Amino acid sequence: MTQVIMGGCDGENTWRLKDYVARGGYEALRKVLSGMTPDQVITEVKTSALRGRGGAGFPTGLKWTFMPKNYVGDKYVVCNSDEGEPGTFKDRDILRYNPHALIEGMIIAAFAMGATRGYNYIHGEIWSVYERCEEAIEEARSAGFLGNNILGSSFSFNLYNHHGYGAYICGEETALLESIEGKKGQPRYKPPFPATYGLYGKPTTINNTETFASVPWIIQHGGQAFLEIGRPNNGGSKMFSVSGHVNKPGNYEVPMGTPFATLLEMAGGMRDGRAIKAVIPGGSSMPVLPGHIMMQTDMDYDSIAKAGSMLGSGAVIVMDDTTCMVGMLERLAWFYHEESCGQCTPCREGTGWLYRIIHRIEHGQGRMEDLDLLLSLSDNIQGRTICALGDAAAMPVRSFVNHFRAEFEHHITHKRCLVGSAHSEKAA
Amino acid sequence: MSLLSPQSIQRIDHEIAKYPADQKRSAVMSALRIAQEQHGWLPRELMASVAEHLELPAIAVFEVASFYEMYNLKPMGRHKLTVCTNVPCALSGADHFCESLKKKLGIGFNEVTADGEFSLKEGQCFGACGDAPVLLVNNHTMHSFMTEEKLDALLKELKS
Amino acid sequence: MALLNIEVDGQTTQVESGRTVMDAARQLGIKIPHFCYHRKLSIAANCRMCLVQVEKAPKPLPACATPAAEGMKVSTHSEYAVNAQKAVMEFLLVNHPLDCPICDQGGECKLQDMSVGYGGGASRFKEEKRVVANKDLGPLIATDMTRCILCTRCVRFGQEIAGIMELGVGGRGEHSEILAFVDQTVDSEISGNAIDLCPVGALTSKPFRYSARSWELTQHDSIGAHDGLGSNVVVQVKQNTKVMRVLPNNNDDVNECWLSDRDRFSYEGLNSADRLTTPLIKENGQWVEATWVEALQIVADAFNKIKDVQGADALGALVSPNSTLEELYLAQKLLRDLGSHHIDHRVRQSDFSLDAVQTNIPWLGLPVAQWPELKSCLIIGSSLRAEQPLLAVRLREAVRNGAQINLINPFVDDLAMPVAHQLVGTPSQLPGLLAEVLQAVAALQNVTVSAALQPLMSHAPSAVAQGIAESLVNNSSCALFLGCLAQHHEAYGTLYAVTVELARILKAPFGVLGEAANSVGAVLAGAVPHRGPLGTHNAPGLDAQAMLSSPRKAYLVMGLEPELDCANPAAALAALKGADFVVALSAFRGQTPNWASVILPVAPFTETAGTFISMEGRVQSFKGAVAPQGQARPAWKVLRVLGNLLELQGYDFESVDDIRAELSHDLKALTKNSLGNELAAAPALKVRASLGTIERIGEVPVYQTDALVRRSPSLQASRLGSTVEVQINSALASRLNLKCGQNVRVRQGQGVAHLVLRVNDAVPDGSARVPVGHPLTAQLNDANGVVSLEGAS
Ligand SMILES: Cc1cc2nc3c(=O)[nH]c(=O)nc-3n(C[C@H](O)[C@H](O)[C@H](O)COP(=O)(O)O)c2cc1C
Ligand code: SF4
Ligand code: FES
Repeated sequence: MTQVIMGGCDGENTWRLKDYVARGGYEALRKVLSGMTPDQVITEVKTSALRGRGGAGFPTGLKWTFMPKNYVGDKYVVCNSDEGEPGTFKDRDILRYNPHALIEGMIIAAFAMGATRGYNYIHGEIWSVYERCEEAIEEARSAGFLGNNILGSSFSFNLYNHHGYGAYICGEETALLESIEGKKGQPRYKPPFPATYGLYGKPTTINNTETFASVPWIIQHGGQAFLEIGRPNNGGSKMFSVSGHVNKPGNYEVPMGTPFATLLEMAGGMRDGRAIKAVIPGGSSMPVLPGHIMMQTDMDYDSIAKAGSMLGSGAVIVMDDTTCMVGMLERLAWFYHEESCGQCTPCREGTGWLYRIIHRIEHGQGRMEDLDLLLSLSDNIQGRTICALGDAAAMPVRSFVNHFRAEFEHHITHKRCLVGSAHSEKAA
Repeated sequence: MSLLSPQSIQRIDHEIAKYPADQKRSAVMSALRIAQEQHGWLPRELMASVAEHLELPAIAVFEVASFYEMYNLKPMGRHKLTVCTNVPCALSGADHFCESLKKKLGIGFNEVTADGEFSLKEGQCFGACGDAPVLLVNNHTMHSFMTEEKLDALLKELKS
Repeated sequence: MALLNIEVDGQTTQVESGRTVMDAARQLGIKIPHFCYHRKLSIAANCRMCLVQVEKAPKPLPACATPAAEGMKVSTHSEYAVNAQKAVMEFLLVNHPLDCPICDQGGECKLQDMSVGYGGGASRFKEEKRVVANKDLGPLIATDMTRCILCTRCVRFGQEIAGIMELGVGGRGEHSEILAFVDQTVDSEISGNAIDLCPVGALTSKPFRYSARSWELTQHDSIGAHDGLGSNVVVQVKQNTKVMRVLPNNNDDVNECWLSDRDRFSYEGLNSADRLTTPLIKENGQWVEATWVEALQIVADAFNKIKDVQGADALGALVSPNSTLEELYLAQKLLRDLGSHHIDHRVRQSDFSLDAVQTNIPWLGLPVAQWPELKSCLIIGSSLRAEQPLLAVRLREAVRNGAQINLINPFVDDLAMPVAHQLVGTPSQLPGLLAEVLQAVAALQNVTVSAALQPLMSHAPSAVAQGIAESLVNNSSCALFLGCLAQHHEAYGTLYAVTVELARILKAPFGVLGEAANSVGAVLAGAVPHRGPLGTHNAPGLDAQAMLSSPRKAYLVMGLEPELDCANPAAALAALKGADFVVALSAFRGQTPNWASVILPVAPFTETAGTFISMEGRVQSFKGAVAPQGQARPAWKVLRVLGNLLELQGYDFESVDDIRAELSHDLKALTKNSLGNELAAAPALKVRASLGTIERIGEVPVYQTDALVRRSPSLQASRLGSTVEVQINSALASRLNLKCGQNVRVRQGQGVAHLVLRVNDAVPDGSARVPVGHPLTAQLNDANGVVSLEGAS
């Protein structure tokens, strides 16, 4: 099974430049600099059908064409390593075990788009990873992969790490730019999009860590080879972060289109052999799906969409039959309420309201009409906010209530959990 | 008079160098982090010193300090312990772990132990859900796959 | 620019590309509900109230932030749009108190207005509402932060219009709150505009707080009386007797929608306990109340007697440039009819060398509304934010449009905007510094400086002077301005002459920043010694300074506090006290009993009709908003009666209109034709080496410009109003062995002032900033003189 990103990453020092080069690292960059044109690079990425791994799944090659070609002045590439979507922990492993794949990917991207500077925005809570990335960049710089006239070419590019300090919203790309600019991480209204007005008002492209880290492989092996690993329109392999009630939580890089059942098996199957109840297939912002539906679904953008959810960031949260869905939704609602940047009205006021209603239900104070109110409020938030956090807060609510309505009703009428004491963690 | 130590200023200047010359402001997050490492938390005057060093309005610095979760706007225990309790972690024992942590420290979330050694905070996602339960000490040291035994050993080590 | 066709609610219009759906709707007169949008501020799109339906868009879009596109079809009131708007309104009200009856904004609240249209019956929100702690933002702005809807207008105002970020949004999410940095207040000179901008009752006027409800107030248009801009204002009056509040009246050519705090809060002084409401006369050394008839007869008798015995030459008049055109006209008419030309309104000026060579009325040189289009400018001698708060706003806009601001000042000034070059020297160095710029400009343009100015061309231009010269030369539209510090300078004529030459070489407009509400009107009215009304030349009289240095026997003093308003308070008081007779026309008692013989209570601008001519030559008449307090009377009526009592001819005016008609039937045209900054010849130059001692930089503090402003307790309590200090740089401080924050004695002549010392390296060595116009420095003399400093415990 071909692993685009983590292939060969076993052992202590896989993150070191030496190891990376031994694995064939920076060969793609050499290839690019010894004769490819920026357009050829972009075409290769387009052929690969690589789609953004940060959540939205936007075709990467297409995104790169949005950067103005003849712009005079600085252009930027920015990597989104602010991984904070509950359930997602793949980018941390890329940065920990294979940071040079990201660095090389960013250099190639910068070349393709004519960018001169890049920033890698690293999630606040993973300090040691940031320190490692600082070292990795230093290694790359000393080896001549970063800086002026890279590998003797006329191409120059500088890359820096920017460390976050605890705000989920900075994962939203324009909030991330504001944050690099030294402001609160509050998303910008779009348009204008970053490709025209990005970091410091300059043309900017933002991609996820995994997206950039896939690029060297694509260049080295060709876009077609990448596409063929996965499915049409769903190219390549993808890292899935599997968490929750499984025996071996962790990251699994598998070809796009791998059946969920296979992925679950790789993760050691259900913990304690219990029955699967529900799965959030793409990170906490995506609709939850009942376990039996997931067991029929393949892990790629289109299949999951067909099943009624989204692949998102590829975070697979597995819940067994002891799980209290009301309690889980309460925790998620609290998250969005706490992490709303507070800028726009529906999200600032709506997420708090949602949380308070769910909190009431969880604590035996619910009213039957609350369920329709939750759905109505979700409708009133979704699609009306500056950024997609509003949607991210609304979608779980809607899907939890719709798929597990009986459980919510039980909570309201009996003032306690349907799964009762079986709800292991709460009761313990 | 700046309350930033010469070492802190040196570290901040290193961060400033990462950004274009007219974008000093970009270093405000690192500057606040460094100031906090120096002092443990961010009193008013320290934020004012950061503002002065970066030539920013003080309120602009405060906006940043109060927006991001990991800045301490109030004094903390010597060790700030943050536990992620979000869904994936909750499914893997975080709630249970928190209960025992609270019992051991004798405090709840957002409280400080009487001896000033520990503060306890409930965190959002650390991006380490596969390692649950995870505990963060003073923002920068992460402890994964926490168990009762590992916790006892850690608390003992931190206290000494 | 390309025009786009766009349809809003079935009506089509064209907008420039780059404009928004909101702009298109406004153009069509279609109202889209909004809170965060404001036409003078950047787009935030955070309230989401303006969501509209756009054909083919998958979700409702905010009109304020959605760029218009060719062929776009927008519905602002379709069911789809209204549903989105209603949902936003519901969210806005979730945490907003619904106690409009006790809110100070009640009756003028955008949220209240809109919720009437949108709020859907019973609230679905059953939880507890959020409570947000109030903030102490100082004496001008009251807060009720629980009402805040986080539209961030106040924050954007600070950043974009005031130029200083004093307010921000702390915290995040639902915990977000508007605040200033820990323990700080809002101190900007235009801070009160945030009150108008706040669409709800979160920021309200502290002086006005709970004193009236908006629907109890009647509105009267008027004109700001404290600087030369002529801001359009609305005076709000309760029960037709008391001025309760002053707000801006939108006029895009003048003050836009803004108002300086000085014009906004000075009204407090109108209701001051110090108001004079009956005529006072001195009987056996005691002040007693008198009837108007008694008091005026005493004045007429005294003037007649002195005129008969000493000649008309013994009479003089010092008048306030904040008086109305009609008052100033009558005052000079009276004096001149009595045979004296000794009248002047330029009480702070000390160099009158231009009087001999200036034929027209000095003015701003170009309309205020054109300032934002400047690409470069040089401002000479001005603490701009204090002198002209709203001109600074215009300049900020110019800077946003790419303009370069250059300054020559006796201290480094903080304009709350980027300044390209700043040339700083002690007051006596300023003419030389300006001459360096002239020299550099002449060299760049390859022209020779006129012979008259050659004596000034000695230094080689410094790098900064060179920078200024290049900025002026390289930018097509530049302009030059002389501020109040220049106008009060002892070598004003020289500064002016160099500026004229610069303007000639650069072919640039230049002008003076009008200090007072009627600085232009006063000259037109003839309240100057060298010219009668409309510029008719009479035998020259004595100027404001000469009238004090060679004292008269009798004075008429109108609207002034000479111990604060004159360039040399000590000399002013000595002259007045030494006179045989002084009549004071004043709205306030103040110190008048110390120097006057008869005190006549006159009406301030809100209690009389009149006219101000602004520094750009805008003729603006207004009516009284309330009746004069007590027995106070409009000064024009007092002067008219006095004319009659003095048995002079032609004092039968029925109204201010009659007075204006006597001056001209077409005042606007007349004014336009009378303006002009060119000189007939070069004035006598003043070139002086440094005084060698500590030169006083005597600037007027922002809230000490006139008697009314001085009596606004809120302005005086604000940080700008309450900070009175002497400032010197650290080098001088260490030579004098003085420390920042300590008490010092400032000596000048016989006078002493006790002030706190602030060490400020913005002040050039060898000089000290010692404010004028302030009671604490009223004992000192010449604003341009030398002072000595010593430590005091
Ligand atoms: C609330 C919110 C949080 C997000 N968090 C992340 C994140 O942690 N990492 C990430 O790569 N993208 C995140 N995104 C998506 C980014 O905005 C952006 O689409 C992505 O970084 C683009 O990169 P890609 O095209 O390579 O996926 C988030 C979006 C939203 C609305
Ligand atoms: S949707 Fe939420 S997070 Fe996004 S801009 Fe609005 S308030 Fe901020
Ligand atoms: S007015 Fe458009 S979002 Fe507030």
